[in-house]
Amino acid sequence: MSESSAPEVVRVEALRVVYGSKIAIDDINISFKRSNITAIIGPSGCGKSTLLRSINRMNDLIPAASVSGRVYFNGVDIYSKDVDPVYIRSRIGMVFQRPNPFPFSIFDNVAFGLRVNGFKLTKDELYNKVKDALVKAALWDEVKDRLDNHAYSLSGGQQQRLCIARALAVDPEVLLLDEPTVSLDPISTARIESLLRSIKDEYTIIIVTHNMLQAARVSDYTAVMMPDDDMVGRIIEFGETRGIFTNPRDKRTEDYISGRIG
Amino acid sequence: MGDQILAQYSRRMRFRKILDKVLPLILSVAVFIAVATVFSVLFTTIMTGWHRLSLNLILNYPSANPNEAGMRSAILGSIYTVGLSALICIPLSIATAIYLVEYSRGGRLASILSYNISNLAGVPSVIFGVVGLGFLAYWLGMGRTIITGAFTLAILILPLVTVTCVEALKTIPDDLRLGAYALGATTFQVVRRVVLPRALPMMLTGGILGISRALGEAAPILIVSGLLFIRDDPTSLFSRFTVIPLQLFNWVSRPQPAFIELSSAGIIVLLIILFALNGLTIALRQVLARRAEWA
Ligand SMILES: Nc1ncnc2c1ncn2[C@@H]1O[C@H](COP(=O)(O)OP(=O)(O)OP(=O)(O)O)[C@@H](O)[C@H]1O
Ligand SMILES: [Mg+2]
Repeated sequence: MSESSAPEVVRVEALRVVYGSKIAIDDINISFKRSNITAIIGPSGCGKSTLLRSINRMNDLIPAASVSGRVYFNGVDIYSKDVDPVYIRSRIGMVFQRPNPFPFSIFDNVAFGLRVNGFKLTKDELYNKVKDALVKAALWDEVKDRLDNHAYSLSGGQQQRLCIARALAVDPEVLLLDEPTVSLDPISTARIESLLRSIKDEYTIIIVTHNMLQAARVSDYTAVMMPDDDMVGRIIEFGETRGIFTNPRDKRTEDYISGRIG
Repeated sequence: MGDQILAQYSRRMRFRKILDKVLPLILSVAVFIAVATVFSVLFTTIMTGWHRLSLNLILNYPSANPNEAGMRSAILGSIYTVGLSALICIPLSIATAIYLVEYSRGGRLASILSYNISNLAGVPSVIFGVVGLGFLAYWLGMGRTIITGAFTLAILILPLVTVTCVEALKTIPDDLRLGAYALGATTFQVVRRVVLPRALPMMLTGGILGISRALGEAAPILIVSGLLFIRDDPTSLFSRFTVIPLQLFNWVSRPQPAFIELSSAGIIVLLIILFALNGLTIALRQVLARRAEWA
């Protein structure tokens, strides 16, 4: 399943994120490969979202947060001075825990990223890009006759797929998903999992999840995060998902996976 | 033992039940007093003034003859100064609010600024008149003119309108901002495409609230312009002026009963303008809210 020969797109080195004076995560070293889905699992508050936000510089928007260490995207350190966080965010898409479509039409939601990033497109090209994104997000068939309807007229699961389509429309290389299915029912969850598998060849996908079975079902690699005694989140184990679930090296991983902690 | 607890319990229950009955009674008396006061004032004003309502009141200049006297110059003065003050104040307030909420995101400058803005809201309006006269009219040499009045009113309502604009921005969920940022939008784009369309209706409501307040202000204008008897239309922003509340003040202070009636009629006109502004707010809010959903 997994392609270990695939190029490394994101590499995190000695990452530490501090909120005010509290160290949230420390000593994070991990890399993410193209055409693979990497799951990040761990108990609540261990810093999974914090790690995810450091990869597309969303932490910049939190005044109290300060980041040290390195995050390389295609070999470029995204925290170096001459890198524009706005550009990074257009190349590394993000989907949030709760569906957050804009209060626009379905079409305008998907077109938003293309418009703000100044893509010079004719009407037809714009339509085609929107359509491609909706097809990839497995939403096209359900909305193709009502692209002008308000996004809030969609169900929660459809809204979340709309958010995925919105992120895919700008052609990112990396897709970050922060517990994208916690607010959804099992059928919507299954749809999103299968769409992630169907698009993974073209992207580097990183998904945070609380759901062990979900990690086992969709991911090729899994990173387990755990707070240490000072409540600083660290990665305690990282490897191929099958190995992590069948043969964990760390005792805490075993306990966490079997539901004894977390 | 059990009986005792039960008795204590039922006594407390009874007290709470009585309180439940009495409290609404007290509250409704309070509401009645408030409403009755407003209505009796309104009623007296309308009874005294309504037969003086005529086109003369709006179209004529003030005059020593109560049957001919109107408040044309005051109405024009109010429209000019208040309108201009809104044009100055609303964009400034919106810009300030956007800076405070969207750009400086809780920085030091932002907290100093917002602290001062709330303080400014509590300054008595006469003070603004003194500042207008001393600083704008004399120091800057703008004279006791419409433009000075407009700037004075603009500064007067700036805190009120800015605070409403800040509140309007805070009602927009952060989810939407983060969603837009995550797609590579700049702060300007987030504001223009996501935040502002949704916040604008509430901001304009705040603007009209400020306009209503400015329309009713007499004290600062009295200081800036002086109590004037003006018998011609303003020709430029540097004309001398008077406003509706000052005209009313002038009429009320005259001994003849006819002028008291005139001032009541003037109040009715002012109230009609205020109600019209309120109606405008509601209409605007609905139109813009519908548009925002579809922007
Ligand atoms: N904006 C913030 N300001 C201050 N502290 C924060 C902020 N966001 C997160 N933290 C702290 O950082 C730590 C890690 O939080 P984070 O949200 O990354 O955890 P998480 O693993 O995503 O948890 P969950 O599974 O509940 O989403 C927590 O202790 C949290 O309190
Ligand atoms: Mg989280």
